[in-house]
Amino acid sequence: MSERQLRARVTQEVAEVIATRRVGAYQHLTLVAPGVAELARPGQFVALAVGGETSGTLLRRSFSIHKVSPSGTYGGTVEIVVSAVGTGTRWIVDRAPHDTIDVVGPLGKAFPLPTDPVACVLVGGGYGSAPLFWLAAELRERGCHVEMVLGAASEDRLFGVVEARRSCDGVTVTTDDGSAGQQGWVSDPLPEIIERTKAGVVYGCGPMGMLESITRVAQAHDAVAQVAVEESMACGVGVCMTCVMPVVGSDGRTRMVRSCVEGPVFRGDRVRWDAFDGGHARVPDDAVGAPKVGGH
Amino acid sequence: MVDLSVDLGGGHRLPNPLMTASGCAANGRELHRFFDVADLGAFVTKSVMADPRSGRGTPRMAETPSGMLNSIGLQGPGIEAFVDEDLPWLQSVGARVLPSIAGSSSTEYAHVAATLRASRAFDAVIGVEVNISCPNVANRGLVFACDPLASAKVIALVREQLPRDIPVFAKLSPDVTDITAIAAACVKAGADGLTMINTLLGMVIDTDRMRPQLGGVTGGLSGPGIRPVAVRAIWQVRQAMFEGRIPTVPIIGVGGVRTGRDALELVAAGASAIQVGTAVFNDPSAPVRVLRELCELLDAKGFERFTDAVAVAHGR
Repeated sequence: MSERQLRARVTQEVAEVIATRRVGAYQHLTLVAPGVAELARPGQFVALAVGGETSGTLLRRSFSIHKVSPSGTYGGTVEIVVSAVGTGTRWIVDRAPHDTIDVVGPLGKAFPLPTDPVACVLVGGGYGSAPLFWLAAELRERGCHVEMVLGAASEDRLFGVVEARRSCDGVTVTTDDGSAGQQGWVSDPLPEIIERTKAGVVYGCGPMGMLESITRVAQAHDAVAQVAVEESMACGVGVCMTCVMPVVGSDGRTRMVRSCVEGPVFRGDRVRWDAFDGGHARVPDDAVGAPKVGGH
Repeated sequence: MVDLSVDLGGGHRLPNPLMTASGCAANGRELHRFFDVADLGAFVTKSVMADPRSGRGTPRMAETPSGMLNSIGLQGPGIEAFVDEDLPWLQSVGARVLPSIAGSSSTEYAHVAATLRASRAFDAVIGVEVNISCPNVANRGLVFACDPLASAKVIALVREQLPRDIPVFAKLSPDVTDITAIAAACVKAGADGLTMINTLLGMVIDTDRMRPQLGGVTGGLSGPGIRPVAVRAIWQVRQAMFEGRIPTVPIIGVGGVRTGRDALELVAAGASAIQVGTAVFNDPSAPVRVLRELCELLDAKGFERFTDAVAVAHGR
């Protein structure tokens, strides 16, 4: 790949908000960002600046891309789903149509797609399901049988149930409180679905604990897990070194890798789940360059 | 058109005074997707130590008003991988490189400098920045930069390892009682210039969990919120140079620069070059944007040469 092509794979643009609507507990935004729309693949994300160029909130907020329409009426558009949990995300959900947001993307590695038309199960926790519908469409275009499992704490925290029924061959819903679908976790119905469909790949997106259980179930049923993580990031472009997590490389050694450039999609069996506690990762003792006793 | 060129020592004339800041730009490839890193006066790489380091666990950052706190733990590939992979890549795209080196003992700094000097891509190096804000294992983890003697020892050993035409810059911490005393010790030990300032030590407590937010407990505070501290430190050291208390050497200003106006503020206080750090996290093309804005400002104010604006606020 030439230097020019390499440099053209990410873009920074001032995007106009053309639509914003409430979906359950979340806000669904449509942004005019033709450069991003042109380049993006399912599983990649965008990093949004908060509050304009003099903002005191400096760090970008990253969101997986829900959908792109490279040749829409307004030029290419990119859609994201935002959960307002802090100052930055609150500012983003408060944007009105015609407001602008500085967008960098597409970032990170996309979901790898199978070369053969194997059955796939797509599992989304909360609004983590956002990128899965686009992925489902691509998989079905390749002849894959696609089923989806959507889970959340409660019904208002599910995202995309109707869209899932449209874009998949089967949909299962779980909620912790039983307010929609079956009561329980996404990992509960997963073994049966993998066995019944003879799924070769399980794709997952959501909180770390959920991704770990998806990986465990997939492994127990001879399927490959591909999981997209939600690590907190400061820059999204690979320079701040804050979004690291312990992952086993092809040489069998564990390294603290940046989830923004080497992820956000990882093979589930490569992630060192044993090093996570409450969503935070410690450095495994056998990691390359791990602190030695008495050292740093 | 303003003449932006600047000479920071060793006869390496830089086309402009803008640089990345160590630890805020990785080692070049990531930002090269947004702008040509060879357009910068120099590219400052992430501090490299002798061996590969994993850095700390997470969380490694906390957002603060107009800034952030970080506790990365000097994650890096080690000097061997740096000279085998990163430095040759930077050379291949035509970048002028100011590598940042670190150590947990003065001999480790010297070893890193010697390995750098022996590397095949050393031609791309226009100077070496010494990150002395590291814990000194031999002195109960007290950072070198807080102790004039320890700082001087590191600088002297690094200076010995490098050819005369490679200027050595000591990167100073603002977390000291008198920054001019540390600056004087470094220059006396052979530093050809100073980089000011490193981050300030800070801490954030997560009030949901009622515990320190960072895995490393404390972290380095950076961003526009600390800019007045950088301006003050540069001013004080430059003033000491005017008064003859410290030999006059170039100062590279760093700390909270987000716009051309911010850069000009550090320049007027006495900085001969400017690094853009945390602002990159907000805007990946910030270094080249700040350069453009600085150039326009200097032009609007009637400066023909960038160097005419250096330390101009003194005596006014």
